Amino acid sequence: MSNKGIEISGRVFKYGDNVDTDQIIPARYLDTSDPEELAKHAMEGVDEDFAANVSSGDIIIAGKNFGCGSSREHAPLSIKGAGVGAVIAETFARIFVRNAINIGLPIIELSGFEAKTGDEVVVELRRGKIKNLTSGKEGTFTHFPEFLSEIIQAGGLMESVKKDLSEF
Amino acid sequence: MSLGRNIYKNRLNRKRLNKGDFIKIEVDVILSNDITTPLAIDAFEASGITKMKAADKAVIVADHFTPNKDIASAQQVKKVRDFARKWGIRFYDAGCGIEHTLLPEEGLVVPQDIVIGADSHSVTYGALGAVASGVGSTDVAAAWASGEAWFKFPEAVKVVLNGSLEPYVSGKDLILYIISQIGTDGALYKGLEFCGPVMKELSLDSRFTMANMVIECGAKYGIMEADHKVVDYIETRARRPYTLQPENYSIDKDDEFDEILQVDCSKIDPQIAFPSSPANCRSVYSIEKTPVDQVVLGSCTNGRLEDFKKAAKIIEGRKVCRDLRFIVIPSTALIYRQMLESGLMKIFADSGAIISPPTCGPCLGGHMGVLAEGERALSTTNRNFPGRMGHKNSFVYLANPEVAAATAVAGYIAAPDQV
Repeated sequence: MSNKGIEISGRVFKYGDNVDTDQIIPARYLDTSDPEELAKHAMEGVDEDFAANVSSGDIIIAGKNFGCGSSREHAPLSIKGAGVGAVIAETFARIFVRNAINIGLPIIELSGFEAKTGDEVVVELRRGKIKNLTSGKEGTFTHFPEFLSEIIQAGGLMESVKKDLSEF
Repeated sequence: MSLGRNIYKNRLNRKRLNKGDFIKIEVDVILSNDITTPLAIDAFEASGITKMKAADKAVIVADHFTPNKDIASAQQVKKVRDFARKWGIRFYDAGCGIEHTLLPEEGLVVPQDIVIGADSHSVTYGALGAVASGVGSTDVAAAWASGEAWFKFPEAVKVVLNGSLEPYVSGKDLILYIISQIGTDGALYKGLEFCGPVMKELSLDSRFTMANMVIECGAKYGIMEADHKVVDYIETRARRPYTLQPENYSIDKDDEFDEILQVDCSKIDPQIAFPSSPANCRSVYSIEKTPVDQVVLGSCTNGRLEDFKKAAKIIEGRKVCRDLRFIVIPSTALIYRQMLESGLMKIFADSGAIISPPTCGPCLGGHMGVLAEGERALSTTNRNFPGRMGHKNSFVYLANPEVAAATAVAGYIAAPDQV
């Protein structure tokens, strides 16, 4: 279940600053925990056509403070359920970061990478490299700190906790 | 080392911790609600873990879509209720109250606690001198199993509240003003630690309101010293023994902060956060005439007894404007009873208010006051993101309880001295 070495490629969906969790998955859909159901309404508050247009491996690129607001894990789950390969943002809200790591949705903090909606992008998670195939522009990013990589490599937080508990 | 960071440090018994260090730490309270618990249950059950180390620290409150708004939410609450029974987890069912008002009232959080909650407004308990942070559902499931949570050791910002409070200004206005100054990501990943002469003026209810909204500027926690007001409040309630911050410690005198934010409270008028950001604030005295379709008085932010007392003073003997709905939501069953016994309920009922049972309800567009397309609400809640209270083209203005009462009478956004 390691994300290391995974290459993600897909089309870009570009959004601005402060995309909050009410926009990612409005509260009226929080009566289910099923990722497939949630995926039908992913990003609905900011882009009504997202769920219909997104394909497996596509990449969300946003501005500052992505995922601010509520603690709902339904937000990264709906994005992951929709098949999104990675979310790239200038900064992420802290609870969104936890949730993404805990459920295994790759997120990348990166400023100034030029891309527009529809561009084809390839991300090499392990190498910290990103390339916009449409424009030819490239970028680099730092991988997660070791502590977080271990959680991701274990297959998410629950697997990591299970491993810890079995060691006692 | 700052009050909040010292709590982490003492718990780990570590002399040295640096900003950015990752830590695993034992927690005291593990909170979740009817929306976030189902995902935690799924994560817990899927993991194959068969023991819960910390069931005694878990608290589940059914407050968001309760009393159940539809069949789906009823199924969801049933799943949570059954799970809580199976594992012997403390469970508060529909009508007991909104989690962040209920837990302090029930004496479940004490000073120096480390609290996690799968609800972003879990930061509220900072008003009691606890380090309290919002987390996700999987974090809760992991903590049920292990008793621990992971954190990045944060930077801390000292917020000095200088001056004094102007009329009709309370904790809500101070925190909205601070958010408007630093932005919705102004305290991202950081702890906010409040001090200064105005702290003494602030009631505990006002402090809860302030701590509740530190998440709206991205903070990891917002903490205040546990002074005599906190001790008075918890001494009859606390279910566990507790300690206060070290005797000689004060945030004021502590110089180990990464940043210091000076706030002149004397310059702060009652604030209105315009759609669609809590940072989009203006003085109530500087705005154009803004009619609204609904006023909401309640929530984990401003649904405490003092909030209703203040609002009742404004609305007593007056009628709610016929062009709007005024929804009053006591945030716990105890507050509901106190309002009945003190006559507040009659004041609101006589004014024409709709009085709801305790619920998060309209705050997140759940039920009990959802907005139609194009409608505007003034609300004492904490968020005014696009579509937060209903249709994606509906609009929320945030304000304090006195402004809410004045607005309910006027029909447009107004200060108490304007009606």
